[in-house]
Amino acid sequence: MRVVTILMSLINCKDVSLAYDGNIVLSDVNFQLNSGDYLCVVGENGSGKSTLIKGLLRLKSPVSGEIVFSDGLYSSHIGYMPQQSAAQRDFPATVFEVVLSGRLNSRRGKPFYSKSDRQEVSEKLYDVGMEGLKKHSYQELSGGQQQRVLLARALCATKKLILLDEPVSGLDPVVTSEMYSLIQEVNKKDGITVIMVSHDLNAIKYSTHILHLGNTQLFFGKTAEYVETPLGKRFIGENGNV
Amino acid sequence: MSEFFMYIAELFAAPFFVRALIVGTLVSLCSSLLGVSLVLKRYSMIGTGLSNVSFGCVTVAVALNIAPLYISIPVVVASSFLLLRISDNSKIKGDSAIAMISSGAISIGVMAVYLTSGVTNDVCGYMFGSVFSLTQSDMVFSAALSVVVIIMFVIFYNRIFAVTFDENFARATGTNAGRYNAVIALLTASTIVVGMKMMGTLLISSLIIFPALTSMRLFKSFKIVVVCSGFLSVFCFFIGMALTVIFEAPAGASVVIAHIAFFLIFSAVSALKKIRKRSIEINE
Ligand SMILES: Nc1ncnc2c1ncn2[C@@H]1O[C@H](COP(=O)(O)OP(=O)(O)O)[C@@H](O)[C@H]1O
Ligand SMILES: [Mg+2]
Repeated sequence: MRVVTILMSLINCKDVSLAYDGNIVLSDVNFQLNSGDYLCVVGENGSGKSTLIKGLLRLKSPVSGEIVFSDGLYSSHIGYMPQQSAAQRDFPATVFEVVLSGRLNSRRGKPFYSKSDRQEVSEKLYDVGMEGLKKHSYQELSGGQQQRVLLARALCATKKLILLDEPVSGLDPVVTSEMYSLIQEVNKKDGITVIMVSHDLNAIKYSTHILHLGNTQLFFGKTAEYVETPLGKRFIGENGNV
Repeated sequence: MSEFFMYIAELFAAPFFVRALIVGTLVSLCSSLLGVSLVLKRYSMIGTGLSNVSFGCVTVAVALNIAPLYISIPVVVASSFLLLRISDNSKIKGDSAIAMISSGAISIGVMAVYLTSGVTNDVCGYMFGSVFSLTQSDMVFSAALSVVVIIMFVIFYNRIFAVTFDENFARATGTNAGRYNAVIALLTASTIVVGMKMMGTLLISSLIIFPALTSMRLFKSFKIVVVCSGFLSVFCFFIGMALTVIFEAPAGASVVIAHIAFFLIFSAVSALKKIRKRSIEINE
């Protein structure tokens, strides 16, 4: 039994196609990830990156193919940072309340949060540099601050896998590199598997694998191999020097 | 003056008045707690829709000579699920779905009234509320259901926050969002059925909408908004009752007037706060 679980990959995407109202926007995606991998998903706007993330999160079911989780991975082990906050403008919620909701599925059905949940929230807010604003209204924060809060919420929910959809878009370079090192630390130190959508070459630097999408799978493999392919060279050329 | 106190003392000794106070307090509390989530999910009109359905049920029940609750509870619960589901995943938008169901229910109600005896006291009571005509068994039933709604709300509070704030995140990280939306639908339906008798079809949705909107004028934390809504709602109910007792004003309308007054006060305070904040910023 033990041997079997070791041999199985954490995530296995088999011939996955995803569609909106019958229009296929992403077809034939095939890849496998093991625990501890760091996957960077790249591709132009509209190439299906966010759609794939929704498929992986089971917010959207594939029209064909399947996405298999193994190694004891359940959705309650997943942390997620959406591309844009889904919440509406005038929603009354403090930063602390938002991040605390990331702890919900660690509660295993218990209705109320414990002291350790609150402590964890404070730690994660400290990590993203937002602990000073924890009683502040979430909706009154700047876009960049909201992103950091959503990252803290995702970190609070993460046990085995974290999915990040363009986590640094719109952040300034200093905060961007802080975010990247935070994500890398989670990957290296805690062994959390990372799947991140990003155009940024700095992100690719940290990754072990690359998935390049263009409404279908253009490349999947090790990062070191990707940078040697014509596709990878063009991507690096278009996105500035490392 | 002493005559007035005698009158008040008599009122508090009268079972119908005490029953009204108990049920009114509990219903005000239920509707305001759920109201926060419904308003934020853009379902504030659901109160109107469901109470119209409930009105239709009552007229049919009266026509068929059945106790209204036996028909209205199952039908309102079913409509509540239907409305929340329709707004979730279909081409009919939430507000049109509510309008369709409302007008359908009202026309069935009007037909039932036309085909039978005409507008009876019962039907009229359900339209405008008849808080002082609750029977002992009405009270026991309403109070029990309200207490269940309040307890369920407290137990599911954190999950209700999660699915209200960001349903996709909640779903993605392992929350059964469908189940908690169903909980919200069920609690809302129960509140409407109980609140109908008190506030009437025409006014019940104000109990859902006003406390939440008023609290959101001033407070930015979900928990504080929920707690403030609860207090405001109960307080406005008491003010409404006082107006009714002192001026013999209609009960339901008095409660709504109190809510409107608080909404205006909170809006004014919020505007003042903004002006002060801006002038401080300018001075700096
Ligand atoms: N909710 C939606 N309904 C219909 N089409 C959509 C929806 N979301 C995205 N699409 C389409 O799917 C394609 C892929 O979108 P997306 O996955 O968001 O791209 P990316 O994240 O790579 O920029 C785009 O052509 C987009 O127009
Ligand atoms: Mg995207």
